[in-house]
Amino acid sequence: MTKTILVGCGAGFANDRPDAALRLAQDLAQRSGKRYIMLELLAERTLAEAQLRKRLDPQAGYSARLFDFLEPMLDVCIEAGIPIITNGGAANPRAAAQRLRQTLAGRFPALKIACVLGDDLLEETPPRYERWLSSEPLEHPVSVNVYTGADGIAQALAEGAGIVLCGRVADPSLAVGAIRHGLGWSADDWQKMAVATTAGHLLECCTQVTGGYFAHPGMKDVPDPANLGCPIAEIHQDGRLIIGKTRNCGGRVSEQTVKEQLLYEVHDPRRYLTPDVVLDLGQARVQDLGDDRVEISGLLGHPRPDTLKGLAGVRGLWFGEAEISYAGPGAVARAALAREILLQRFDQLAPGVQPWIDLSGVASLFNDQGGRYLQQQLTQAPALEDVRVRIGLTHTDRRLVEALLAEVESLYTNGPAGGGGVRRHLAETVTTRSFLLPRDEIHTTLEWY
Amino acid sequence: MNLVTLADYAHARAGDKGNILSIALFPHDPAHYPWLLRELTCARVAEQFATRQPSKVHRYELPNLNALNFVLEDALEGGVNRSCGLDRHGKSLSYLLLALRLPGPQG
Repeated sequence: MTKTILVGCGAGFANDRPDAALRLAQDLAQRSGKRYIMLELLAERTLAEAQLRKRLDPQAGYSARLFDFLEPMLDVCIEAGIPIITNGGAANPRAAAQRLRQTLAGRFPALKIACVLGDDLLEETPPRYERWLSSEPLEHPVSVNVYTGADGIAQALAEGAGIVLCGRVADPSLAVGAIRHGLGWSADDWQKMAVATTAGHLLECCTQVTGGYFAHPGMKDVPDPANLGCPIAEIHQDGRLIIGKTRNCGGRVSEQTVKEQLLYEVHDPRRYLTPDVVLDLGQARVQDLGDDRVEISGLLGHPRPDTLKGLAGVRGLWFGEAEISYAGPGAVARAALAREILLQRFDQLAPGVQPWIDLSGVASLFNDQGGRYLQQQLTQAPALEDVRVRIGLTHTDRRLVEALLAEVESLYTNGPAGGGGVRRHLAETVTTRSFLLPRDEIHTTLEWY
Repeated sequence: MNLVTLADYAHARAGDKGNILSIALFPHDPAHYPWLLRELTCARVAEQFATRQPSKVHRYELPNLNALNFVLEDALEGGVNRSCGLDRHGKSLSYLLLALRLPGPQG
């Protein structure tokens, strides 16, 4: 019998469900063999936001919800010997490690907490990132990070880490590091890295492979969708890969759920670039083994790229939204008139600033900046009697955005009859820019707590 | 011509990277894969997304998975960073593809 390890994923983004992560930990604690849990808590812009928190408070800057996930599962995982690997260290893995020690309050003194560092290029003195941003230079970036691979994680686990806190790392690498440790796979065994990266890719969005973001009543039904079980990858020494899920929870793992996630955010499926391997899904096969277990085979790997991806976050753009509704007879006509009034007002007050305008009910999600889709739909609009007008705009001038949002509220006294329910929202938005840099310029290091 | 709605024959999931939209599409019945290969051309998908004005539409075929992966460049109105839309990621756009009307599998 070949050796088998289990890697579960308890979070696919920062606002995922901590109770599902705890049920995953409890399930894994009852199984045998080497087991690991990964928590993926960083989106593209989350890291810039974490850097801003760290500027205000040097003890902040890790994922705001890291401890919502960690605290309930800590004892279960430590007692069962299940390492937890997360990118929830975000902009400040050291502060996360220190808080973790405080949380443990002297318990589990033998637990080794590792911080994987080296992804934060803003921290370097002197900073090197400018040489890799080939085009126009960046004005005051709030974050500059490189997507590191699995090397630091694999090393931390090899040196006995029970908790591995990373900042920016490619999402699948959270699993690849665990699998390299658990099965002793070599980082340059490209076929094995293809299997490990596919496991990580299928796990990284958590329940998106176990029936989340999937249900379509009558076409694709999901049992107990309010209590989806987290995914668990079974990886065998011989390269077999099976995706399952937490027992006694809702959700399902089927050919369909696995296929949707296998190609999620993939462009060329024969050349999926990751820091650990270039993954080729061209020959991939998916087979339902029953009982919420699906096997993925035919995975091919090519040597990992010589470059890594960097991501810089820049402040200074304001995103505003405002809405007003019209209901009852003539709702569409009144909402359409409100839109025309707003367009005219914007043209007078801020020539050149074009708002995005939706008429929710007629066109919103599929609409566009120019309102082309909305125009198309208005020519065939059914007799809707509850329509919400929404404007969205971005600009570097906060006061201008505020003034233009007020124009929606001014429709209370100046607009078509019977408008109600105005809401306004204004927030600074971080924009990001990606770039490539030579892999051999980046060296991750470990710190222990 | 006997037109059908794609959603009755296939399921899909959309993803975003910057201003690039990707949508993976799968027939419910694998027997319909050759029909999709024939009918669901880049030109037809570009037409369905005309109001998003994609600069380029790619189609990747995965016969082992009975899957088609569409990649639409510059289709996300700036993407999650810059879009002023309600769905800045474009996550819901899988259903704009599934809303497509096309000649049915029987001819």
